[in-house]
Amino acid sequence: MLLKKLTMANGVSGNEDEVRNIIIEEIKDYVDEIKTDRLGNIITIKKGKEGFPRVMLAAHMDEVGLMVKSIDDGGFIRFSLVGGIDERILVSKQVLIGKDKIPGVIGAKAIHLQEKDERNIPLKVKQLYIDIGADSKEEAEKKIKKGDYITFNSEYVRFGNNLIKAKALDDRVGCAVLIDLLKGEYDAWIYGAFTVQEEIGLRGAKVAAYNADPNFAIVFEGTLCSDITGVPEHSHITKLGKGPAISLKDSYTIFSKELNKCIYETAVENNIKIQYRQPSSGGNDAGAIHTIKEGIPCAALSVPCRYIHSPSSIMSLDDFEGCKKTAKLFLKGIKKGEYVCE
Amino acid sequence: MLKEFIRAMVETPGLSGYETKISNVVEDYFRPYSDDIVRDKLGNLIILKKGNIGDRKKIFLAAHMDEIGLMVKQIDEKGFIKFTNIGGIDQRTLLTQEVVVHGKEDLFGVIGNKPPHILSEEEKKKTVKMEDMLIDVGLHKEEVEEIVSVGDTISIMRKMINLQGDRISSKALDDRAGVAVMYECIKELNKMNHYCDVYAVATVQEEVGLRGSITSAYNIFPDIGIAIDVGFASTPELAGDDLSELGKGPAIGFGANIHPKVYEGLTKIAKEYNLPYQEEIHPGETGTDAWSIQVTQSGVATGLISIPLRYMHTSVEVVDIDDIKNAGKILANFIVSLNLVDLEEMLCY
Amino acid sequence: MFVNRINIELLKKLLMTFGPSGSEEKIRKLIKEEIEEFVDEVKVDALGNLIAVRKGKGKKIMVASHMDEIGIMVTNIDDGGFLRFTNVGGVSPFTSLYQRVVFDDGTIGTIGMEKLEEIKDLKLDKMFIDIGLSSKKEVIKRINVGDVATFCSPFVYQKDCIISKTLDDRIGCYVAIEALKELKDSPNEIYFVFTVQEEVGLRGAKTAAYGVNPDLGIAIDVTMTGDTPKADTMEVSLGKGVAIKVKDRSIVVNPAVKDFMTEVAVENDIPFQYEILDAGGTDSGSIHLSRSGVPSGVISIPCRYVHSPSEMVYISDVTNSIKLLLKILEKEEINI
Repeated sequence: MLLKKLTMANGVSGNEDEVRNIIIEEIKDYVDEIKTDRLGNIITIKKGKEGFPRVMLAAHMDEVGLMVKSIDDGGFIRFSLVGGIDERILVSKQVLIGKDKIPGVIGAKAIHLQEKDERNIPLKVKQLYIDIGADSKEEAEKKIKKGDYITFNSEYVRFGNNLIKAKALDDRVGCAVLIDLLKGEYDAWIYGAFTVQEEIGLRGAKVAAYNADPNFAIVFEGTLCSDITGVPEHSHITKLGKGPAISLKDSYTIFSKELNKCIYETAVENNIKIQYRQPSSGGNDAGAIHTIKEGIPCAALSVPCRYIHSPSSIMSLDDFEGCKKTAKLFLKGIKKGEYVCE
Repeated sequence: MLKEFIRAMVETPGLSGYETKISNVVEDYFRPYSDDIVRDKLGNLIILKKGNIGDRKKIFLAAHMDEIGLMVKQIDEKGFIKFTNIGGIDQRTLLTQEVVVHGKEDLFGVIGNKPPHILSEEEKKKTVKMEDMLIDVGLHKEEVEEIVSVGDTISIMRKMINLQGDRISSKALDDRAGVAVMYECIKELNKMNHYCDVYAVATVQEEVGLRGSITSAYNIFPDIGIAIDVGFASTPELAGDDLSELGKGPAIGFGANIHPKVYEGLTKIAKEYNLPYQEEIHPGETGTDAWSIQVTQSGVATGLISIPLRYMHTSVEVVDIDDIKNAGKILANFIVSLNLVDLEEMLCY
Repeated sequence: MFVNRINIELLKKLLMTFGPSGSEEKIRKLIKEEIEEFVDEVKVDALGNLIAVRKGKGKKIMVASHMDEIGIMVTNIDDGGFLRFTNVGGVSPFTSLYQRVVFDDGTIGTIGMEKLEEIKDLKLDKMFIDIGLSSKKEVIKRINVGDVATFCSPFVYQKDCIISKTLDDRIGCYVAIEALKELKDSPNEIYFVFTVQEEVGLRGAKTAAYGVNPDLGIAIDVTMTGDTPKADTMEVSLGKGVAIKVKDRSIVVNPAVKDFMTEVAVENDIPFQYEILDAGGTDSGSIHLSRSGVPSGVISIPCRYVHSPSEMVYISDVTNSIKLLLKILEKEEINI
């Protein structure tokens, strides 16, 4: 299953090789041109018909994770965060280190040995370390080196009401949507970009957009969803199972009203559940794309993911299907001369 | 020669946005070793050392010549000057610091402090805010106003000194030490046969937002861009943080901001030529010109070399000259190693 | 040439027309109609920037003033008909409390707040807009999630000053429009750009500058002052002349540009002051880093209470700004 393969692959920002290779294999027979640029973005082109607009579609390959900072004399590994992770989720988790996916654990002091107040104070990254079972620095260094990338060890699980739990749904779900779209046929010119380093500053998208120079762009994301007990309705951002979410505004982008209207109408006309993502802080590749050169109007269509940026994020396969379907219908529905700049 | 160049640089003022004087010093020292020197629209100094054979691969080196400093905000009724900062100045380093106010002429001044005798116990425990500090130039208000205007720059006054071994201390080694590395590199290249065109750029306005490298990298759009900046060297309160060490060689960067093949190329050369080096990991933003260069136009393969430095952004920064020399050699040899290399192939993922 | 006259009608129209960042349609239409007959070409780019050209030889100068204003965007409508919102641009919870906001369709609401232990804990997510309807069903007939509103505040012209919302930066647009109309023959090619989305990150200016690719950039925006009781140290005061920017968070103005602007001011007896802004940025922040770099400066109009519904400027500073801009654009032989 494609989504399983994608989420189980390791691709922390700056080290997207494994994910890149999977994606290239999946799409190379469906596109007219494919290349990897200087930052590691995959850039693909599906040629369209004359008079039809150039559309950039983007999803990012990278995920948040950790990086080996140092190995101490006892063989324990100190690490740094890559991308935005809530420090409090780290303790008592399993991880995989480096190309060889060496298993390790982020341990914690046994509760029996803790002072009363300790239990109420979250552990900071500086206090945490990874144990791979080595007895000494020399032993650890046989398998691990400074700079190795670390991901969470999290199985892909299907459960509940057609739900998936996995790591890196942000944004492997977007990649899965884009892969599916690239297998279709369209009159518009499609520039499919699988970007790198989104999680550390929307980096890959900036250069991919400069290269593609499209008339407009759509970004596919796995986005915030906190529709759980204890969170007031106005902070839900999106709701699980209510369909893909159209972005209105975030910290980096005010999304194109024209594109949004069209995407929304496409879903409604075809009886696909659709919702709007509540404006909030945060950002996605559109933040980098829309101010490239003379400006590129952007929309973002996202699959809601609870517990995002954790080893156990959750999404609905119904929302995933809805996202693919809406996007495909929208792209197929683009008429000649639409969105092309005068 | 190298120490003389560094001294000439660190003792010349050059605040972010006001780099004319420092760029003249840099130009003078590079001129005998380069083919062409121009300034771009922001004031970046672009030093070109042409390759011996015209295959015209472009290597871009960047080290910033601007330094942090202060700026005149107001002249009060007693002739004292209130000021703001340019770049990340630690306000705790300013009390009793000597400065130069660059008005119509240069004025010597002191950032004064209230004597401890008149301070309350509470006041003594708090940091003095920059808002509340004053520069004393020893003149009356009218006399000051004849020479100084709002917006005039103020540089920290500090002479370079030699410490033990090959270590030196001064202000602005961030990043004039990097400019010195480029100097060593260009001098080496003059004795070698290199095919690539090398653009050694002394960039401007790095301290206020990596700005000079944005426009200079756009202008040149190189195949490879390597930033040379300073990195954090370990000191007693930072022990155990696995930082680089003074004198153990320049730190070659690894992480998202660095193209893996550039990192590999630099470390390979260091090993091959037995040049000391260390490794520095960067999980995200490096806070250097490499960050701007990498996302220029349709993307540039970048590298980062950091000279270990203690007490960054104070006026008593410390580096080891050997690290500078070794960095220059690593760079020069790396550039030569690219002579017959197909960059498209090398930089492929 | 105006000395101390101001086109009150035009200014009022500019200040009161709806145009929060990302929704500048109405203000763009107004400005376009006002300037069309005075320029050779008008176009609108992909982000909505309005670009008007006065063709010529000499230097290509880009004059930028931003059309957008700060506002709020609806994030949620609860069952009781109350609207939750987020900021569009720099909006402080303290200046918004109990203010009135107006939506594009004219609906007006009051901003209220939840009960708080301490008023200093006030944040936008503890506030809501009340448009006087009591159910979600009624509200969504008129207002939906994603709709934007701006602050409501009457325009006041009193002796030598103007008090109004959105002087940031419709006063800059006004200065540009008046200069555009007054400009007879310029030795230079001038692009009058009315930018979008400045308040959310100087975004319109970035793409406009890329497209125009000018030799020189001049932004016209407001700046704060240091002349009110116990103000932050700042040597800018109302009535002391047009402010020539030295530095803010987005730009360290090229000393050659600053000196050039000073020279023009001195030559034409225009009173001026130097301005350093510790927080804040302007369109020149984006322009000067465009492509291979563009020498840029800023004409700042001193303004008190920026980003509040009651901003204040002095007429004399406005007319001096128009004069300075005009004299800069008319300058032959600009050597920067």
